[in-house]
Amino acid sequence: MTYITKPQLHHPLLKPNALGFTRRDYEGSVSTLCAGCGHDSISAAIIQACYELDLPPHRIAKLSGIGCSSKTPDYFLGNSHGFNTVHGRMPSVLTGANLANRDLIYLGVSGDGDSASIGLGQFAHSIRRGVNMLYIVENNGVYGLTKGQFSATSDKGSKSKKGVINHDAGIDLVSLALQMGATFVARSFSGDKAQLVPLIKAALSHRGAAFIDCVSPCVQFNNHAGSTKSYDYVREHNEAVNRMDVIPHRDTITVDYAPGETVPVTQHDGSVLQLHKLAEHYDPSDRVGALAYLQSRQALGEIVTGLLFLDPEARDLHENLGTVDAPLNSLTERELTPGAAALAKLNASLR
Amino acid sequence: MPLEAVNDFVVKFANVNGSGSASANGMFAKAILRMGVPVAARNIFPSNIQGLPTWFEVRITEAGHLGRRGGVDLMVAMNPQTWDRDVAEIEPGGYLFYDSTKPLPAAKFRDDITVVGVPLTAMCNAAYQLPRERQLFKNIIYVGALAALLDIELAVIETLLAEQFAGKDRLIAANVAALHMGRDYVAENLTPLRLRVRRADKVGDRIYVEGNAAAALGAVYGGATVCAWYPITPSTSLAEAFTGYCEDLRIEPGTDKARYAIVQAEDEIASIGIVIGAGWNGARAFTATSGPGISLMTEFIGLSYFAEIPAVIFDVQRGGPSTGMPTRTQQADLLAAAYAGHGDSKHPLLLPADPGECFEMGGLAFDLADRLQTTIFVMLDLDIGMNEWLTKPFEWDDARKLDRGKVMTYDDLESGRDFGRYLEVDGDGIPYRTYPGTHPTKGGYFTRGTSRNPYARYSEEGSVYVGNMERLLRKFDTARSLVPAPIRRDAKRATRDGVIFFGSSTPAVHEALDDLEHRGLHLDALRVRAFPFPDEVFAFIAAHDRVFVIEQNRDGQLRSLLINEGDVDPSRLTAVLHYDGTPITARFIAGTVQGLMADRTPIHEAAE
Ligand SMILES: Cc1ncc(C[n+]2csc(CCOP(=O)(O)OP(=O)(O)O)c2C)c(N)n1
Ligand code: SF4
Ligand SMILES: [Mg+2]
Repeated sequence: MTYITKPQLHHPLLKPNALGFTRRDYEGSVSTLCAGCGHDSISAAIIQACYELDLPPHRIAKLSGIGCSSKTPDYFLGNSHGFNTVHGRMPSVLTGANLANRDLIYLGVSGDGDSASIGLGQFAHSIRRGVNMLYIVENNGVYGLTKGQFSATSDKGSKSKKGVINHDAGIDLVSLALQMGATFVARSFSGDKAQLVPLIKAALSHRGAAFIDCVSPCVQFNNHAGSTKSYDYVREHNEAVNRMDVIPHRDTITVDYAPGETVPVTQHDGSVLQLHKLAEHYDPSDRVGALAYLQSRQALGEIVTGLLFLDPEARDLHENLGTVDAPLNSLTERELTPGAAALAKLNASLR
Repeated sequence: MPLEAVNDFVVKFANVNGSGSASANGMFAKAILRMGVPVAARNIFPSNIQGLPTWFEVRITEAGHLGRRGGVDLMVAMNPQTWDRDVAEIEPGGYLFYDSTKPLPAAKFRDDITVVGVPLTAMCNAAYQLPRERQLFKNIIYVGALAALLDIELAVIETLLAEQFAGKDRLIAANVAALHMGRDYVAENLTPLRLRVRRADKVGDRIYVEGNAAAALGAVYGGATVCAWYPITPSTSLAEAFTGYCEDLRIEPGTDKARYAIVQAEDEIASIGIVIGAGWNGARAFTATSGPGISLMTEFIGLSYFAEIPAVIFDVQRGGPSTGMPTRTQQADLLAAAYAGHGDSKHPLLLPADPGECFEMGGLAFDLADRLQTTIFVMLDLDIGMNEWLTKPFEWDDARKLDRGKVMTYDDLESGRDFGRYLEVDGDGIPYRTYPGTHPTKGGYFTRGTSRNPYARYSEEGSVYVGNMERLLRKFDTARSLVPAPIRRDAKRATRDGVIFFGSSTPAVHEALDDLEHRGLHLDALRVRAFPFPDEVFAFIAAHDRVFVIEQNRDGQLRSLLINEGDVDPSRLTAVLHYDGTPITARFIAGTVQGLMADRTPIHEAAE
C-alpha cells in the first residue's frame, strides 16, 4: 500500500448544525486509500449524512471487517468509537455491540469480499435477526486490499484487469438482503452523492436492519473496460427507480411535489421520506415485486439503484428478545445479581 | 465369596438410550443421597438419540469418595446388545441383576458372581397394555426390586416420585404401584444381597447439581447479560441453564422485560463475535462451547488478546475431534485454549474441580475478564458439566461488587485525565478503556489488533509493536496474581515425590493418594486451579524430585504447559494419562503411580 497524503476534507460551509457541530467534527483521519477510490466518496457521504441529521458523533459506533473498504471508518467520525474487527465477521461483532447498548447508532462498513465471500453467512444472519443498524457494502467487485482478485459479487462474464473472464455467478447482496428480511434495502453508487446521502440519512433513521449496497469502483484494480463495476459502466447502466429527500421529524414539510409522483413515508422515529418515483411501476413497499424487478433488470445488465424496499413498521432484535429499555451495559450488580437469599432457595431445591 | 459391603460399592446400569431409564436411574441415586449416603453418579452415553447403549454408574460411598473408583460390584444388565462385556466387567464375587423373562444359556453367565433374575418383561406385559407404558414402568419396577435387594428405603423413593410428578396424582400412584411390584417380587422370591445401603448423615448441606448448571448460575451472579452460543455437546446444557435461570431471576419487575440477551448464533464464529462486540461495548458476555467450537473461534480469541476485549468462554471439554467422541469426557483442550490465536497470544484458564467451583469461577471469570480486558476460559469437561455432583452449597456475599476494571467515565475524561487506550499507566500492563458513546469529544478511539500506538493511532513502527507486546506480557504476569491459587495437600510424611493434577480428576486423585498412603507410598499433591501458573506451582515442582502430572488426555497437555511456561526440566515431570473417554478412576491412578514409583529410580537425588 502506498500512503497518499491528502488534504482533510474541507467543506466550503463550516456552518454548525443544530448541535453546534461543523462538518469537520464528523471527519476522521486522513484517508490512505488510492486517489479516486469510490470508498472515499462513500466516507464523504456518511460525513454529510450524519452532519445533516445532526447526530452526536460520539453516539455512533462504527464497525468494519477487513479490506480497503473496512479501513474507511478511520476516515470519518473521528470522535466515534470504531472497531476494525476480523475479515467477514463485522456483523457478529456489531450484533453483540448492539445487544450491549441499544441506545447507540450502529454503522457497519464492509466490502464485497468481506460480506459476500468469507462473511456471507454473518451478513445473512445479522439481517435476518433484524439487528438495528445500517450495513453498507462498498462494492467494487474485487478484493482491493489483496490486490485485485475477483470477489463473489463480480458479474458473470466480467473481465479482470489481467484479462481473465469470471465464469462464476455473481452474488447479488441486495436480493439476498431482501430474502433475509432486511427492512430497509437500497442500492446506490459512490459517484452519485445526491442519491447516496439521502439514502444513508434514511437508513440511519430506520429502526431495524438497513442495508445499502453501494457500487464503489476500485480505480486500482477494477475500473477498466470489461468490468461491470467501473465508473463508466455504472454511469451507463444505472437505473434509479426513485429519488428521495429525508425530512427529519422536527422539520415541517415545506417542499411541494406534483401529486402522484411523490410518496411520503413516515419512519418509526418520525422522520419523513419523500420518495419521488422515477420508474413508473416500482413499489418499494413490495418485497416480492422488488425481487422480481431486480432480477429482470439485472438480466438486461442494468444496475437498479434507489430505495428498493422499506418497511417503516419494522421490529428489531431487541424487540424480539424483549430486552429492557436501559442499555444492558448500564445495569449494575443491583439489577444483575439475584443475591444470597435467592441462592439459598436454589440450594434447597438441589438437595 | 459374594462381595459384602455397606455404603461402599458400585452399581452400574446398562441400558438402551431413549428407553426412559435415565430418570429411573437418577431416582435410584438420589434416593441413596436422601438417606444421607454420598453418591457419585456418572452417565456414559452415546452420541445418539435412541437405540445405542448407555450406562449409568452409581458409586455409593459413605467415605465420600466422589471420583470413579473403577470396577463394578453390581451390574444391572438391561441391554442385550452389551450383555457380554457388561457381565465381564463385574468384579469377582459381584452381582448381576437381569431380566429373567427369557431363559439364557449357562454360558452367558459366570460362576464367580451371584445372579439375580427378575422377570421384568413378563411382569410388565401382564400389568400394562401400551408398549410405552411397558417400557417406562419396567424401569420403575427394577428400581423397586433393587431397593428391596439393597435395603433402600422405599418411602424415600415415593417422596421423590411425589416431588417429580407433583400435581399429577394419577402418575404418582401408577409409579408407586410399579415400584411396589418390583419390591414385592423380591420379597416373595429372592433374598437381599450382601451389598447394603444404610441410612447415614454424611451428605450434610451439600447440593447435587451439574457443573453446567452451576457455571450458568455463576454467569448470572457474575453479571453476564449477553450470551451467544451454538449447540454442541457437552456444553449445550450450560447455555440452556443460563436461559432458564435468567427467565427466573433476571426479569425487570413491572415491565417483565429481560435484563439479558441470549442469541443462538449461526455458528461458533458468530457466537464469539457477538461476545466480543458486547464486551467491547461494556456488557459482560460469554459463550459456551467445546473443542470444535474453540477451533472455530480461534481468530477472534486472538483478536480479543491484542485488542484487549473482555470475553468469557466456558469450554466443556470432550474427546476430539469434531467427529470424535462428543459424549465422552477429556481434558484435552488445554493447549488449544491457552494459546488460541495467531501471533503471540495466551489466555488465562480457570480449572474448576466440581460444580461448586464452576459456580465460583463462573462468576469470577467476568471480574477477571473486565479487570484484565482479555478472554478468560473456564475449562469444564463433560464429567463435571453433564453429571450431577455432590458439592458444597453455592454462596454469595451480597456486599460483593462486580469489578468492572479500568474504565474511564465521562467525569474522568472531562477532568482532563490523559486517555490512551493502550497506554501503560499503573505498571500492571492494564490500560484504561472507555465505553463507546461516553463523551462527545474525548475518549473515542479506533479499535485495531495492533498497528497502533498507545493512543490507538495508526502506527506500523516495529518499536511500537514491541512495546505493546511487552506490556501485554506484563499484563499476563498481573493475571498470575489474580487467578485462583493452587491448593496443596501434603503427605503425612516428608517426601520428595509429588503429584500435580486439576479439574475433574480431583476426587479420584485424593482417593488414590489415600490408597497409596495405605500402601506406604507418600506423595505431596498440588491441585492447579488456573493458568497462568502462580509461582507456588513451580516452587512445588522444584521442591520435589519427581512429580507425576495426572491428566485426562494423551499428550500430557498440562505437563507441556508447565514445561513451557516454567522452563521446567521435562524429566522431572512424569505423565500419568487417562484418555479413553471415561472419567479417570482412583484405581487407575493408584495403580499407575505405584507402578511408576516401583520401576523408576528418582533421576534427581534428594541430595542434589
Ligand atoms: C481470515 C483472513 N483471510 C484473508 C485475509 C486477507 N484479506 C484482507 S482484505 C481481503 C479482501 C477484502 O476485499 P473486500 O472486502 O472486497 O474489500 P476491498 O479491499 O475491496 O474494499 C482479504 C482476502 C484476512 N485479512 N483475513
Ligand atoms: S486498491 Fe482499490 S479499493 Fe483499495 S484503495 Fe485502491 S482503489 Fe480503493
Ligand atoms: Mg471489494
